Amino acid sequence: MADSTSRLNAPLLSVEQLVVEYPVSGRTLSAVADVSLTVGRGETLGLVGESGCGKSTLGRAVLQLRRPTAGKVVFDGADLTALDGEALRLMRRRLQLIFQDPIASLNPRRCIGDIVAEPLVITGITDRNERERRVRDVLAAVGLDPDVVWRRLPHEFSGGQCQRVCIARALILEPELVICDEPVSALDVSIRAQILNLLEEMKQRYGLTLLFIAHDLAVVKAVSDRIAVMYLGRLCEVGPTEAVFDRPAHPYTALLLEAIPVPDPTVMPATNIATGEPPSPLDPPSGCRFRTRCPRADRLCAEKVPILQATAGGQTVACHHPLTG
Amino acid sequence: MTRALLSLEDVSVELPTPRGTLRAVDKVDLSLMPGRTLGIVGESGCGKTMLSRAILQLLPKRAKLSGRVRFGGHDLAALPAESLRRLRGPELAVVFQDPMTSLNPVLTIGTQLIETLQAHLGMDGAAAARRSVDLLAAVGIPAPAQRLRQYPHQLSGGMRQRVAIAIALSCEPKLLVADEPTTALDVTVQAQILDLLAREQRRRQMAMILITHDLGVVAGRTDEVAVMYAGRVVERAPTAQLFARMRMPYTEALLAAIPKLDSPPHTTLPAIAGRPPDPTRPMPGCSFSPRCRYADDHCRHAKPTLADPERSGGFYACWHPLTLPAAVGT
Repeated sequence: MADSTSRLNAPLLSVEQLVVEYPVSGRTLSAVADVSLTVGRGETLGLVGESGCGKSTLGRAVLQLRRPTAGKVVFDGADLTALDGEALRLMRRRLQLIFQDPIASLNPRRCIGDIVAEPLVITGITDRNERERRVRDVLAAVGLDPDVVWRRLPHEFSGGQCQRVCIARALILEPELVICDEPVSALDVSIRAQILNLLEEMKQRYGLTLLFIAHDLAVVKAVSDRIAVMYLGRLCEVGPTEAVFDRPAHPYTALLLEAIPVPDPTVMPATNIATGEPPSPLDPPSGCRFRTRCPRADRLCAEKVPILQATAGGQTVACHHPLTG
Repeated sequence: MTRALLSLEDVSVELPTPRGTLRAVDKVDLSLMPGRTLGIVGESGCGKTMLSRAILQLLPKRAKLSGRVRFGGHDLAALPAESLRRLRGPELAVVFQDPMTSLNPVLTIGTQLIETLQAHLGMDGAAAARRSVDLLAAVGIPAPAQRLRQYPHQLSGGMRQRVAIAIALSCEPKLLVADEPTTALDVTVQAQILDLLAREQRRRQMAMILITHDLGVVAGRTDEVAVMYAGRVVERAPTAQLFARMRMPYTEALLAAIPKLDSPPHTTLPAIAGRPPDPTRPMPGCSFSPRCRYADDHCRHAKPTLADPERSGGFYACWHPLTLPAAVGT
C-alpha cells in the first residue's frame, strides 16, 4: 500500500499550527484552530468532518485563497504564507482545486475547450497548437471526446460530465497537489463511482498528491491512504485509513462511523446517535470541543484542551479518554 | 382484508419543455397499507419527486397527470381544491428536503405551528400554543417554549427539519410523505432525524413514504422498497427480500456503486457506465438497457413490464432478471 512508501518520502505539503479566523459581527470565529498535518508525495489524505468543521477553510488556507491568521503552509520546502504577488502565482500552478458544485464552477458562457485552455493562456502559453494539443490530451484522459465537447457550453452537460471538465481544467497545468473539496457530494450514486474511479486513475497517471475533503466517510475511505478527522476547527484523529476505520480512537470518529446508513436491512440502524448537534464555532466549548456531545466527557475534558498523541493502533488522537490504546 | 390507504393506478406525469414533452413519471402502480412504510429510491431525474408531488397533488400547473391517485376512498386528482385543503394536515402531510424553503422565514416557529393547529383542528390559541410546545418536545427540540418565539433562521438545519416534522405531525396525518428529508443534513443529524421519523411513524401507526437516493437510508427503515429508473418503478419488493434477492440489474448496479465501508482503500468501484436516458426521448425498449451489462437486442426493442411471475412478492421489470443472490460488496 502507498502508506508504507509515503512514509519514506518527505511530505510535499506540511501545514503547521494553522489558525484561520473570521471576524463575524464584532466577534471572532475560529474556523481552523491550531491544525498541523502533512501530506506525503503521492499520498491521498482524506479530511473528514461535518459542515462547519473548518475542512473547506483549511483547504482554501493551503492555497492562500484565505490567508491564515497564524501558522505556516509549507509546500515543497517553501512557506506559502510568506509568499505573495508573482511568487505566489507561480507556486499556485503546482496546486489546484476541484470544487463541490461542478456546474457552478464553470463559466456558463464559455465553451469547454476554452475553459480547459484558460489556465494555459494565463500561464503565458501563446502557441495555439500546443494549447490545443494539451487540451485534447487532458480531455481524452478524463473520458471526454475532445471533438464532441470542444465547442459545447457547460449547460449541455450533466453534473458528472461537468466534474470531468473541472478535473481536466485542474490537471492541465500538471499540478503536484490537487485539493478536492467535496468533489462528488453533488453527484448521483452511479456517477459518483465513475468520478471517484477517475480521480484514482488520474492520480496514478499524473503522479498526483491529493487532499480529499469530504463529509462522507465511505467515499473518503475509498480513495485515501490516511484520514484526518476534524471537529469544530480542530483535529480529533489522524491515522492510516484502515486503522481509523477498524479501531477509531476518538469518540467522534466512532460516532461518525456509527451514523452512516448501511445498505443492508439485516444491520439495525444505530439508535440514539449522539445527542445534539455541533455547537456554534463562534462560541466553542472550553477544553475538548467535542465534550458537549461525548459520552465519555468528564471535568478534565472541560478544563484542558487534549493534544494529539500517538496510540498503539498507529494513529494519533486528541482525546483524554480515547477508545483504544 | 384491509384496504390500501393509498393506491396509484397507471399514474403518469408529463411536463411540456422546450425540447418536447418530458415524461417524468411513466405508468406507475403502487399501493400502501395503513401504518406501513414504503421507500422510493432512485437517482436525480428518475421521477421520484414528481411521483410524490402527484400523490400530494402539488404538481406544477403545466404538468399533466393521468391515471388515478386514490387515497382513503378519494380520487385525489378529481377532488376540488377546498376538499384537498381539508385533507392536507389531518390526512396527508409532507416533509421536504430543505426546511429553510418549506418554513416561512418571516413568521416565528410558534405562529407556523399554532396556525396549522387552528386552521385544521379548530383549536383555540391557548390550546394550540400548549400543543405546539408538546409537539416540539416530542421531536426532540430543547427548550421548546422559547423556540416558539424564534424564527427559522435562528435554528440549525437539523432543528429546522425537526420543526418541519413537528408541523407535519401536528394534525396526526394518516400518511406522511418525506421527500429526501435528510439529504441536506450532516450524517450524525441525518441518523437522528431518521430515528425520529421511524419512532413517530411507529408510535402513531402512520403510513410513511420515504423518498431518497440512498439505498442505505431505506434498508433498515422501511417495510417495502420501490426502485425507480427513468420514470418507472423497475423493482418493488419487501425490503429484506429486495436486499437479499434483488432481481433487477439496475438495483444491483446501484447498490454495488456505493463505496463500502468494509472494502479496503483504493478498491475500484463498480461504476454504472453512461448516464440515465433523456426523458424527452422515450425509448422503445428497457430504459436501462444502454447501461446494462445483461442487455441484448430484445431488451433494446421491447419494454418489460413490472410483474411478479414467481409470485414471491417481488416485482421486477426485466427480461433477464438476476437469478443468484445479489453479490453484495463485490
